[in-house]
Amino acid sequence: MAKSVTQEFTKGLWAEIPPFRLVLGLCPVLAVTKTVENAIGMGVAVIFVLVGSNVLVSMLRKIIPSKVRIACFIIVVATFVTVVELLMQAYTYPLFLKLGIFIPLIVVNCILLGRAEAFAYKNGIIPSFADGLGLGIGFTMSLTALAAIREVLGSGTFYGTQVFGPSFQPFNFMVEAPGAFVCLGLMLCVMNTIGKK
Amino acid sequence: MREMLKMIIVLTVLCSFSGGLLAALRNETMEKIENQQLEFVKGPAIRNILKGSSNDPIADRFKIKVGETEKSFFVGKFDGKAEAVVFESTGKGFGGDFGIMLGVNVTDDKIIGIGVTTHSETPGIGSRAQTDPRFAAQFKGLLLADDFKVKSEGGQVDAISGATVTSKGVAGAVTDAAKIYTSLKPQLAEKLMGFK
Repeated sequence: MAKSVTQEFTKGLWAEIPPFRLVLGLCPVLAVTKTVENAIGMGVAVIFVLVGSNVLVSMLRKIIPSKVRIACFIIVVATFVTVVELLMQAYTYPLFLKLGIFIPLIVVNCILLGRAEAFAYKNGIIPSFADGLGLGIGFTMSLTALAAIREVLGSGTFYGTQVFGPSFQPFNFMVEAPGAFVCLGLMLCVMNTIGKK
Repeated sequence: MREMLKMIIVLTVLCSFSGGLLAALRNETMEKIENQQLEFVKGPAIRNILKGSSNDPIADRFKIKVGETEKSFFVGKFDGKAEAVVFESTGKGFGGDFGIMLGVNVTDDKIIGIGVTTHSETPGIGSRAQTDPRFAAQFKGLLLADDFKVKSEGGQVDAISGATVTSKGVAGAVTDAAKIYTSLKPQLAEKLMGFK
């Protein structure tokens, strides 16, 4: 691994931005991007779990036997997710009510297991930290971008505040599940066009 | 063999460490989570029922053992006297169980108000039991003692049209609440003395 720590960090922001380039972890991408607030809440939870699990897996990588590594990763990830779930319930209960089942479902988000297996298990603590933080922030940015489009068009608001005048008719389709698919598809299309040189 | 042993040890240590950590965190946050749940799920209904009370009903609460479980009672003070309690009761609706909050004045046994907290009724039909204030308002002032039934069964409750099952469920929940109230009345009066 010749890459520098900065490169490990910045790759998550563009070159390997999770939902658009890696096309991983789509379940929360589709489900919680109705509003910008939900998207940021989900993103912060994922950043915390991703950084935590990457660092811990990287610390334990010499101890964990390779035959049971997946089980160990899942224990680490599940522990961090439960920590987030409990803290969210205790301090930001309204957000917890909105995100609901998608917080515990972070456990099965492929980004987490994918990063543990593909990166943290093979790299040192500092690169793993940078990798987790970069991908986490990338994930949050993508969620926020998608949510911004959906919320502005679908409910006429941005982070809860009105952006259009009272004559605006909300485009309800955008806040429903099919709208999420269409919007994600168009975003992927745009990303691929930009990426192709 | 050595590898096998290592696998077992690593997994066991990791699992017990994670279990211990989570148990500790759970203990730490349990009280906070309970407060948050009360505040955001049941809080609106409780505050609505005890509108105009001079205290914070969620802070002034006590528990009484009913059978196996503990029930929470929320105290409302009016004009300096703690004479109202709000507690939860459950009923069977169209889409599953739902919870109601019921407030009662302990001096004259009359209902102060009810409010549906959690439910899984059909949106726009059964859910009106929660959102339509007229449905809840008809319970106000009734004596919390007898059976509550919808009018089609010869009772006193005006059902929501299209949501008879839900309305019956609410009536059933109020009847249950009456039973709980009657059996606990001496204890309740004693506890309320403590808030004066």
